Amino acid sequence: MVICRHPEILATIVRLINNNPEWSATGCETDQSAIDAFKAINHDVVLIGSGVNTESETQLRKVFINLNPLVKIVQHYGGGSGLLSAEIYSALNSL
Amino acid sequence: MAQTVLHKAATRGYADHGWLKSYHTFSFAGYYNPERINFGALRVLNDDSVDGGRGFGEHPHDNMEIISIPLEGDLEHRDSMNNIATIKNGDIQVMSAGTGIYHSEYNKDTYNKVKFLQIWVFPNKRNVEPRYDQLSLQPGDRHNTLQQILSPNQEDAGVWIHQDAWFNIGDFDKGVSANYKLHKAGQGVYVFVLKGDIKVNDQLLNTRDGFGIWDTDQLNITAETDAEFLLMEVPMEF
Repeated sequence: MVICRHPEILATIVRLINNNPEWSATGCETDQSAIDAFKAINHDVVLIGSGVNTESETQLRKVFINLNPLVKIVQHYGGGSGLLSAEIYSALNSL
Repeated sequence: MAQTVLHKAATRGYADHGWLKSYHTFSFAGYYNPERINFGALRVLNDDSVDGGRGFGEHPHDNMEIISIPLEGDLEHRDSMNNIATIKNGDIQVMSAGTGIYHSEYNKDTYNKVKFLQIWVFPNKRNVEPRYDQLSLQPGDRHNTLQQILSPNQEDAGVWIHQDAWFNIGDFDKGVSANYKLHKAGQGVYVFVLKGDIKVNDQLLNTRDGFGIWDTDQLNITAETDAEFLLMEVPMEF
């Protein structure tokens, strides 16, 4: 799951993740849509993208870990293809 | 006791996209090496070569301090803040991607490659307002001395970024030495050799080698040949 307030960047990140046939991404702009999506589908990794403030991030972490204690939640940096794969591989390797 | 890490040039990741050839010191895009993710706040050091008439189409960035240093040729930059600029050899460009920015980079020279370093540093604050800046440097100011080209301070020499980072370039004649003192405790320096051979303390480095050193407050650099090199001081924890 990717949470990002910037719609174009969110769409780009989701598209890049879905280019990998072994991965499937859900993109959410709001906290509530992210919580609803997380309840509907279990996610292994959550990327906290741009525009998500500390208060939202803290609350989202609390909700997601409560729903799935094994979920990996990482801050995403870069907003494009450069760091995305390494962030996801590192998170998956630590599961 | 200083700790060090050596990245020989030939051990870097490599990507050949036809029009773009890139050596990656750290994991980037399709190159993933869990042993090479970052050096402190320094996350990306790409050594790029772009064919004539080609470039990076419009693409986004967020939450990253992105520094470009052209080594050969000119690169045209356009971004979503309406900046249109050309960076040339001798310039340094910085973007704070913050909440989000789109940009493109293009080599308008039909025949000649443009070569440049693309450096990404983790910001010390997320979701800052995006900004762009570029500066023309005086190459003579780095001859046999260290020229500061980046710092955290707007009023200081060079461009500035949202991180406690200081970059210096040196263009030394054979035999010239310098001592570099780190600005703060908890910092490290990543040395990247642009050309020639240098020694950092006792470590010999050749063209395009990288060498990180931390848990120290200073280091000595000696040019074993005529040499150009880049020093990137960054926080090791951030």
